[in-house]
Amino acid sequence: MAVERIWVVVEPAGGGAATNGLELLAGARGLAATVEAVTFGDANAAAATLGDHGAATVLTVDTGNAMAGVPVAAAIVAALSAREGGRRPTAILLPQTYEGRDIAGRLSVALDAPVLANVVGLSDGGGRLVAEHAVFGGSTMVKAAFTTDRLQLFLVRPKTFVAEGGAGAAGTVAALPIPDTGRPGATTVLARHTEERQGPKLDEAAVVVSGGRGLVDKDRYALVEELARLLHGAPGATRAIVDAGWVPYSYQVGQTGKTVKPDVYVAVGISGATQHMVGMKGAKKIIAINKDRDAPIFAICDLGIVGDATKILPKLIDALKNRS
Amino acid sequence: MPAMHVAVCVKQIPDPAAPGKLDPATRTLVREGKFVMDDSDSYGVEMALQLVQAAGGGAVTVISMAPGGEIKGVREALAMGADDAIVVSDEALRGSDALSTAKVLAAAVRRAGEAGGGVDLVLAATESTDGYTGTTPVQVAALLGLPSITFAKKVTTDGVTVTVERQTDEGHDDVQATLPALVTLTAGAVEPRYPAFKAIMGAKNKPCQVIGLAELGLDPGDVGFAGARQEITSVTAAAERSAGDVVEDDGQAHVRIVSYLESLKVV
Repeated sequence: MAVERIWVVVEPAGGGAATNGLELLAGARGLAATVEAVTFGDANAAAATLGDHGAATVLTVDTGNAMAGVPVAAAIVAALSAREGGRRPTAILLPQTYEGRDIAGRLSVALDAPVLANVVGLSDGGGRLVAEHAVFGGSTMVKAAFTTDRLQLFLVRPKTFVAEGGAGAAGTVAALPIPDTGRPGATTVLARHTEERQGPKLDEAAVVVSGGRGLVDKDRYALVEELARLLHGAPGATRAIVDAGWVPYSYQVGQTGKTVKPDVYVAVGISGATQHMVGMKGAKKIIAINKDRDAPIFAICDLGIVGDATKILPKLIDALKNRS
Repeated sequence: MPAMHVAVCVKQIPDPAAPGKLDPATRTLVREGKFVMDDSDSYGVEMALQLVQAAGGGAVTVISMAPGGEIKGVREALAMGADDAIVVSDEALRGSDALSTAKVLAAAVRRAGEAGGGVDLVLAATESTDGYTGTTPVQVAALLGLPSITFAKKVTTDGVTVTVERQTDEGHDDVQATLPALVTLTAGAVEPRYPAFKAIMGAKNKPCQVIGLAELGLDPGDVGFAGARQEITSVTAAAERSAGDVVEDDGQAHVRIVSYLESLKVV
């Protein structure tokens, strides 16, 4: 084992544990003798799943109606200092998500510990943890490690590990108290709004259909959503159309968005900027539709159609409807 | 509502469309050529201008770190309407990671506040286009002892509190914090204005302080390569995907796609 002990921050999801957290537990199992989970949802409901993915202990933080970052980081820092040296983790793995980044940022300052972010692989480099990063649109892989003996913080991109279970019994649940967080802790979630959305989540869907600038105008994004629905997939987007305000940030696939690894990725009107490609080139099969024969997307796709997506999509949607 | 002083963190980056490369000696990103304001930061600048206008007065200060003293990207923010800028420049800053960068930006925000009455709100992008770690703003907030609300798609303030529609995977949360606070903005939160020619020329006369680490009381050992406390152990080419069939649409491309989806058993 690379190290003795790793903690994994697992976000809650739908009353249980988020898949990206289970992925990290499964990955940590191969790197540390003991793996413990830190969660802030319903720990008792999640304990069996967390244990099955490798968590010997489930440490839980009750964040109430505050944003997770400050209280979870404060509870972790307090727990670290309360433990004897030998029982402190060498590293904490966090998912590169909204809350994961907030927690990592707060931990980093509290412990004066640097963070390695956008990690897409972790391995044992002779007794130390070595992180892998995909740069320049995924064309180059860079490995990096800490040179400090401080707690090591890794923000790991979802889909880096497979959420394999079978590790054992439910983890023992223990509450982590939150110390006084003062001014920084003074955020209140007034209300949570859930958008009615059908179909699978973007980063868990077997099929992803993403749209880009080639759709020409915002209204045509509906074609992408319709195609995604017909293929039981999730709609995604390039940064360009998120920046243009066509769809929210949560739809964004790419370097500054989500990493997806579906069975099939359909890129509609997407040229294939490095920014986008790093988020989707792990798809098993890629279908691309774009006007420009020289677009970089055609260099990595399995089926490429050189043509006008705004003309092809309606015909494709009709053809799929007529089949069913 | 009282006048507001908003500090906006702005990163100046090389042309994001240019192919990136690593310095063979330091194995860090080569940052050379013409610098521009990261597009991701234009939303923060615009939001700051709108909030100050809504408050009926105040000021927008641009905060940036640039080891080589670059100010071209900062001028873009000033041309949009920001009032002044503080640029921290020092050769010792090269190789800085997110935490070191945050230490520098936090010290500069403090400096901006010293001028008069403190900073009420710090704005930043959720992540930069070239580094995209996405932790720097929260680290700045932690260093300044401020609450932070990340991934904002809408921001309002009454001068005492800031209320944010925060993007989530499921939709959005309404989140509130008391000022002073830090907020990070998602792209598309507001529509950034294009500065007029006159504003671009006028930006050259706006105050832009370029200061070194010593003036902020920061130790060069805490920043740059030394402060990052990490090393690159290897750089290798990734396994490339090879291109499959690429065909021209002859009006029947949809048939081809359907049969391909059938072969994959997706339909």
